[in-house]
Amino acid sequence: MSTFTPDAVRELGGGWSEFRLAALDRFAAAPLPTPDEEIWRYSRIDQLELDRFVPATCTTTIDAPDGLVVDAEPELFPDETPDVFAELNRAFMSPVVIAVPAGRTVADPIVVTHTIAGSGTAVFPRLVIDAGEDSDVSVIERFVAADGADDDTALVVPVLQVHAAQAARVKYLAVNEVGERTWQIGNQQAVGERDSTTLLATVTLGGDYVRARTEARLSGQGGTTKQVALYFAGGTQMHDFRTIQDHDAPHTSSDLLFKGAVQDHAASVYTGLIKIRKHANGTTAFQTNRNLTLSEGAWAESVPNLDIETNDVKCSHASTVGPIDEEQRFYLESRGVRPEVAERLVVLGFFEEVIAQLPAGEIADDLRFRVSNKLDLTGARKELAGTPS
Amino acid sequence: MSTLEIRGLRAGVAGKEILTGIDLTIRSGEVHAVMGPNGAGKSTLAGVVMGKPGYEVLDGSVTLDGTDVLAMAPWERATAGLHLVMQYPTEVPGVMLHDVLAEALTTRGRPTAELDATLRAEAAKIGFDERFLDRALNVDLSGGEKKRNETLQLAVLAPKIVILDELDSGLDIDALRDCARRVEEMSNQVGDDEPLGVLAITHYSRLLQELQPDHVHILANGRIVESGGPELATQLENDGYSAFAGEADSDDADASASALSDLFSI
Repeated sequence: MSTFTPDAVRELGGGWSEFRLAALDRFAAAPLPTPDEEIWRYSRIDQLELDRFVPATCTTTIDAPDGLVVDAEPELFPDETPDVFAELNRAFMSPVVIAVPAGRTVADPIVVTHTIAGSGTAVFPRLVIDAGEDSDVSVIERFVAADGADDDTALVVPVLQVHAAQAARVKYLAVNEVGERTWQIGNQQAVGERDSTTLLATVTLGGDYVRARTEARLSGQGGTTKQVALYFAGGTQMHDFRTIQDHDAPHTSSDLLFKGAVQDHAASVYTGLIKIRKHANGTTAFQTNRNLTLSEGAWAESVPNLDIETNDVKCSHASTVGPIDEEQRFYLESRGVRPEVAERLVVLGFFEEVIAQLPAGEIADDLRFRVSNKLDLTGARKELAGTPS
Repeated sequence: MSTLEIRGLRAGVAGKEILTGIDLTIRSGEVHAVMGPNGAGKSTLAGVVMGKPGYEVLDGSVTLDGTDVLAMAPWERATAGLHLVMQYPTEVPGVMLHDVLAEALTTRGRPTAELDATLRAEAAKIGFDERFLDRALNVDLSGGEKKRNETLQLAVLAPKIVILDELDSGLDIDALRDCARRVEEMSNQVGDDEPLGVLAITHYSRLLQELQPDHVHILANGRIVESGGPELATQLENDGYSAFAGEADSDDADASASALSDLFSI
């Protein structure tokens, strides 16, 4: 018996029951995906037992200047959904809508924090960032475990929608620090109009299985997107990313830098697609994915793809999977740095390229600290628990 | 006073013997030049003494003040007082010079409070631009800047014995002078600080115009084939390596000499 029923939709409240029930119908009519589908290849989606979770309202706090958080209306949510989980989100979503008026520059980052309660709940946060013409805004969306819920099971199915109007500048950062028994299956979709600039950044440290499909489409000429991510999986965690850079207008540029590390028996997947449509001449697109495998039993997969329909493009991709560079380690050790400290410095240095690009100056130190703490260095963990230098 | 003693050292890579028996003794304040053509085993000697992965020690010993160096991990060798200035300093993205030296001093139980001031003072002595102090290690540095950076680290860490692996390669004449003079100064220092013992491995004699050696050794085919005073470097300059290489491989002197002169046709 499914827990994702029309009654459950009605019980949650949240309004627009017709809209939600229609989405639930579409969800129920479609099969759950399997790893046989290319977009779910390598994933753990076949291990998901959806009916073990009970839908709940997401507990969310928002730190934003007055007037920017507006009421949600069904019209804000596009009919097209990238997969069944985004559809399920439509049925059960807890929406937050940030609308930045044209010309407005929001000085400080807006912080949206979802506290995941665990206890087998499923939550469906949806964040909409609607940036008006020539506006400027940064938003940090945090997913954290509730106190004491670290070891609880939970399912988080977030959806992000970013719309950058002409010449708007949007910076977005998702920070995932959910508990180690939490599953997260998310979708991020950004659309950039003419001359807009969008940054989609993700930091994933938590979760059991965490998947993010992140799609940046450039619909107007002169638009720019950048996608960056830092992910670090340990234990038996799996971090799974599918990225799309979609050039749907001429003279657009996109850049992507995803850097990950895996240790213990953890796994990670990166699959990226650069799609350059026929009319997107004069486009530049770059895609870089680098992975460190820190333990013998850890596993990382990197699959870059190109789909280019025009000749007038400048496009490249690079991908690497491998252990810490032996030469770098020896160089530091030859100065008298202990091996475990050398490893910590090299791993932090590896991630620094991403951290430097995050729209979150004040949380950068905290992130370095968390990465440093997560490193499973034999016998060194306690010793290194202090503030990183 | 400190002594690095290398006795009967045989070592190789992937089953191939490269060093076929090296004997060298370096004491505080002495400058030893080990000169040799390409392929003689110079970098192998530096790598084996510092414990670089990939080399196998087949026989012999290396001791620092009587302590077995070969039994130590690289970081232990460094904290015991050995230092390697690398021929090609490794780029370490995202890792700051200051952080590495702070960790390196901490391992040695030395204070780090003055590190910033020391770095600036040492940088000034060797003409290392201060703005490079805030860069990731060796990233986006020219060949000359990398060697200045190596020399700077040497001066801050102040080891007992340093191995210079081709300090002069990739250096312009100004950088060479700045780096060599700083090493020379450290080897001559008096007072509380022990003078530095130097093992300068080099292919060319130009380094030795700035860094005055007390002893010169010629390395060919994995062995020291001749040792002498500074005059040996002059002789080498005039006669070339082929004059010495024959002694390294007397069974096949002609072939060896011609092969080396091919390699070393400068």
